[in-house]
Amino acid sequence: MSHVLSLLVEDKPGLLTRVAGLFARRGFNIESLAVGKSEIEGLSRITVVVDVEELPLEQVTKQLNKLINVIKIVELDPATSVTREHLLIKVKVDNTTRSQILEAVNLFRARVVDVATDALVIETTGDSGKIQAFLRVLEPYGIKEIAQSGLLAIGRGSKSITERVFKN
Amino acid sequence: MSSDQAPRPKSTAPEILTGSGAILKSLEHLGITDVFGLPGGAIMPFYDELMASTAIRHILVRHEQGAGHAAEGYAAASGKVGVAIATSGPGATNLVTAIADAHMDSVPLLAITGQVFSTSMGTDAFQEVDIVGITMPITKHSFLVSRPEDVPATLAAAYHIATTGRPGPVLVDVTKDAQQKTAPFIWPPKVDLPGYRPVIKAHGKQVQAAAQLLVEAEKPVFYVGGGVIRAEASAELLELATRVGAPIVTTLMARGAFPDSNPLHLGMPGMHGSVPAVLSLQESDLIISLGARFDDRVTGKPSEFAPHAKIVHVDIDPAEIGKIRAADVPIVGDAKDVIVDLTAAFAEASRDHKPDYSAWWKRLDTLRKQYPLGYTMPDDGLLSPQKIIERIGELSGPEAIYAAGVGQHQMWAAQFIKYERPHAWLNSGGAGTMGYSVPAAMGAKVAQPDRVVWSIDGDGCFQMTNQELATCTINNIPIKVAIINNSSLGMVRQWQTLFYDGRHSFTDLNTGHDTMMIPDFVKLAEAYGCLAIRVTKEEEVDAAITLALETNDRPVVIDFVVSRDAMVWPMVPQGVGNSSVQYARDHAPEWEEE
Repeated sequence: MSHVLSLLVEDKPGLLTRVAGLFARRGFNIESLAVGKSEIEGLSRITVVVDVEELPLEQVTKQLNKLINVIKIVELDPATSVTREHLLIKVKVDNTTRSQILEAVNLFRARVVDVATDALVIETTGDSGKIQAFLRVLEPYGIKEIAQSGLLAIGRGSKSITERVFKN
Repeated sequence: MSSDQAPRPKSTAPEILTGSGAILKSLEHLGITDVFGLPGGAIMPFYDELMASTAIRHILVRHEQGAGHAAEGYAAASGKVGVAIATSGPGATNLVTAIADAHMDSVPLLAITGQVFSTSMGTDAFQEVDIVGITMPITKHSFLVSRPEDVPATLAAAYHIATTGRPGPVLVDVTKDAQQKTAPFIWPPKVDLPGYRPVIKAHGKQVQAAAQLLVEAEKPVFYVGGGVIRAEASAELLELATRVGAPIVTTLMARGAFPDSNPLHLGMPGMHGSVPAVLSLQESDLIISLGARFDDRVTGKPSEFAPHAKIVHVDIDPAEIGKIRAADVPIVGDAKDVIVDLTAAFAEASRDHKPDYSAWWKRLDTLRKQYPLGYTMPDDGLLSPQKIIERIGELSGPEAIYAAGVGQHQMWAAQFIKYERPHAWLNSGGAGTMGYSVPAAMGAKVAQPDRVVWSIDGDGCFQMTNQELATCTINNIPIKVAIINNSSLGMVRQWQTLFYDGRHSFTDLNTGHDTMMIPDFVKLAEAYGCLAIRVTKEEEVDAAITLALETNDRPVVIDFVVSRDAMVWPMVPQGVGNSSVQYARDHAPEWEEE
């Protein structure tokens, strides 16, 4: 079963190796990984989707917590959080397919960010379900290239992960 | 400056030091008095500073692995941090085995390595390896320092991480330019690591729940691990056990945490544990685990381990709790604090209802009477290794320190030497590192120069790290080495005898009876400047041990040429439940299965 973990980490060299190495070493499978800055300087946020059962998940979290540069870990429940993936797709076009593709782009609320005579680069954001559906629609036209981000996730409501760490 | 101004305070401008000078000064600030190491190109600036130090004794080893194990032995014998120093590349990789060993056994170890110039890093420079990367999975944490100004805070943090919480090895890799350049030396007022806050004080409710279970239990056992030794909690444990009156088992890592002479003590559990210790866990209805981690060598097949027991799991490392066996009452905290709290909570919980463990003790005493630890003399008329180890313990006493290698002799030393105090028994428990013994004994002797320090070693192990005898002789570190020479990789041979139809594949070492005896351990030891003795007959045993105990002007090596057929019993074969414990070959005790 997939779980979304959000890690607040110190932005130190080798941090990603430590996190990824721990997953590999303990036999946990990473489905998706996204790393970026947090709102606090010097701290990064890692969103990782891991496919494990409940008991090993507890081990993953505990082992991650032992890493000195990991400050906080929360599991984000899909019901109380927002998750998004970001996707760039290069799709083949010609005069007969262009309008159909543009229609699909509009329906999915995606955006065209680059236009060439024989290809379009489309950008879209959404949860996994929407992204998969969009890709299925574009497939028949010929997808030349995909660049996809890892899953990003954030809890709903006013609480923040950093608040929980630095409040007291 | 006008005269009405207050005189300015004397300049408190920090001292300008090279990075190397800062390493030295930081170690002095941390109270380090002894370090083990071997210089090389990338650590030469630091060694140049070290030469002038009067506060720190450096012991020049013959192999960096020796420095690592010596630092481990130093730490295990004293409870203080051990420090090992090596150069970049192969110097650093030679520390890897010892670092991994310290990681498995929670030994506070500070490893300092030189690194190539930061400008050369990543170019496959001469003697460059990514030691921070290599040691990531086997350290508690690792640091790369490439600026001299980062030295003091990094070493302070490294020391803090290595010695607090669950202790472990920390590596600090310092580039050569960081050692050479200068910076103001600023000692951090306090170490602040936002991601590192070990929990020391346990949750009161959980401790009360544990005490309540103890009051309700009929067949409780205290399962004591090495954490009790690391937490310096032996006195508190004695108090708790005496108050409760429940049986105690001490794991391989915890030998000495509780006196062997105490009647509450059932011995060591696990693959080669005593029958009463193994079956007490197996038949118990409550296991109070104190600083132990349900290692596979203790539990046997985990799904069959102690099927009727509730588990109270006390550990300072939350990740150990529930890792192998689910805990009914998880308690995260320092063993010492928790034991004190549990003693008080038990007194409170048992005020109206004193638990009665007499039926349990009756069963355990029967097991003790029926299956005492013992051994039979070998059929071939040659020396019994168990007997020799037992005599070393009896003649040297509980104040001595015993550092074992890995294998049969290690198990016999755990079984047949009587331990009465913590820090007396040193061994490589988790990693099972052959070659640990001689350098660990050396480190222990440096930490505790007034104690007798024995290396109980095997002929296989001894050949891995015996070059440190040169270090011992030259630096006046008079350890005593007992080679239990059965001419083979004995534990592997035992498994071959039992589980591989007696096919002894590549386990003959040809060091003992009826072989070429290569190397000749007596000549080898003499070459290292040791007093060397060979013992082949029973009547020579005590005299040799006594002579070793009387000789303190140089190391002593005794080559005890023993029977190779002796085996370690009892034994739980690998991969089966602990109820399959065999007292001796083909002799399983009856045990009560409900």
